[in-house]
Amino acid sequence: MAELDTSSSGGHKKGPGVKKGKKLSTRIDLTPMVDLGFLLITFFMYTTTMAKPKTMEINMPYKDKTLTEDEKNKIKNSVALTVLLSKSHRIYYYEGIGDNPDKSPDIKVTTFSSAKGIRDEIIDKKKRVDAMKRTGELSEKDETTVLIKPDTTSTYSDLVNILDEMNINDVKVYAIVDITDLEQGWIKATEEANGIK
Amino acid sequence: MPHAKLPRKSTNVDMTAMCDVAFLLLTFFMLATKFKPEEPVTVITPSSISQITLPDVDIMLITVDPKGRIFFSVDNKLKRMDLIESINSYRNLNLSKEEKTAFALGGSIGFPFNQLKTYLSASADDQKNMVANAQGIPADTSVTADNNELASWIRSARETNPKVRICIKADGDVSYPNVQKIVKTLEGYKIFKFNLITNLKAIPSGTAAFDDAHANDRKS
Repeated sequence: MAELDTSSSGGHKKGPGVKKGKKLSTRIDLTPMVDLGFLLITFFMYTTTMAKPKTMEINMPYKDKTLTEDEKNKIKNSVALTVLLSKSHRIYYYEGIGDNPDKSPDIKVTTFSSAKGIRDEIIDKKKRVDAMKRTGELSEKDETTVLIKPDTTSTYSDLVNILDEMNINDVKVYAIVDITDLEQGWIKATEEANGIK
Repeated sequence: MPHAKLPRKSTNVDMTAMCDVAFLLLTFFMLATKFKPEEPVTVITPSSISQITLPDVDIMLITVDPKGRIFFSVDNKLKRMDLIESINSYRNLNLSKEEKTAFALGGSIGFPFNQLKTYLSASADDQKNMVANAQGIPADTSVTADNNELASWIRSARETNPKVRICIKADGDVSYPNVQKIVKTLEGYKIFKFNLITNLKAIPSGTAAFDDAHANDRKS
């Protein structure tokens, strides 16, 4: 295929008595070699892992039973935003840490969508905390704190998404906390009020 | 009318150049390749903007598949032998030397301890079938619970290799309680820092992280 006949290349003929030694072509057909080359390339392309997996580092809140109530860091109600993750990727959130069982907080519902989703709420919360810092209501040390409470119907992707939102919006203080029965009751009440089954 | 006869061109092409390219690519892929580690189950991890790459060595990988089954693996082949020795004595599994070697050379484990011996002594084909029907490593939210076998694995793995980093690779559809079991178990061992394996996604524009990333661009 790729060979060129070189045996008859010379234009000048030799004399009648001179014996012509047959010149063999030095060209080799490379097609099978190319085939083989591409076969191996295909194999390596399929088996290779180019992108190394990425990881997200998370720090869980330090829990120690020996800690007394005084030693525990108390979160101020005004810096806190509690986010409850629930089924079908829905998010319920409210201001504060919900430590008053008698007074149910104003629970709002949102999603992970980029428009009017949880991200806007987090950005908004950060702005409010910054404003309070400026007026002196909060000290400089106070940071927006997000409490993440996944319930039993939420999925792992919800958790990763909300942690990702923390990174995206540069929320420095956040924690994954167990959901309380009280909050589960609130979710249920909100669902019933909105006719979600 | 006699028409001019066009000289017929040869259909032969010189393959040398193509061959060169093919082998150049081949060399590249051969050098750049790192074989995919064998995975017991397919797991589609959720995406995040995190760009931290997973280190190559000293990884303890806890895989959770969409059904919530937990698989456990340690990457270092040498440490795997120590690990199975430790597990063997800790849980009195009476594993033979061959079974221990099978573990050291094998991949992820997704069996409760009472099935481990059967799995390790099975042939390669049988092992594959068993993995498909594996029930996963039992775990519990309490680290001291007797049925929390994952806790034993983590304990032994950390004992044999104190440098080990803990990674959780869970499918996006896994329900939270399954992940919570692992997190609680880790917390029981006072491990509060671990890695979640995610895919990379682009940082959404107009956010703090986006501004941050681009501020660095401008500086450099």
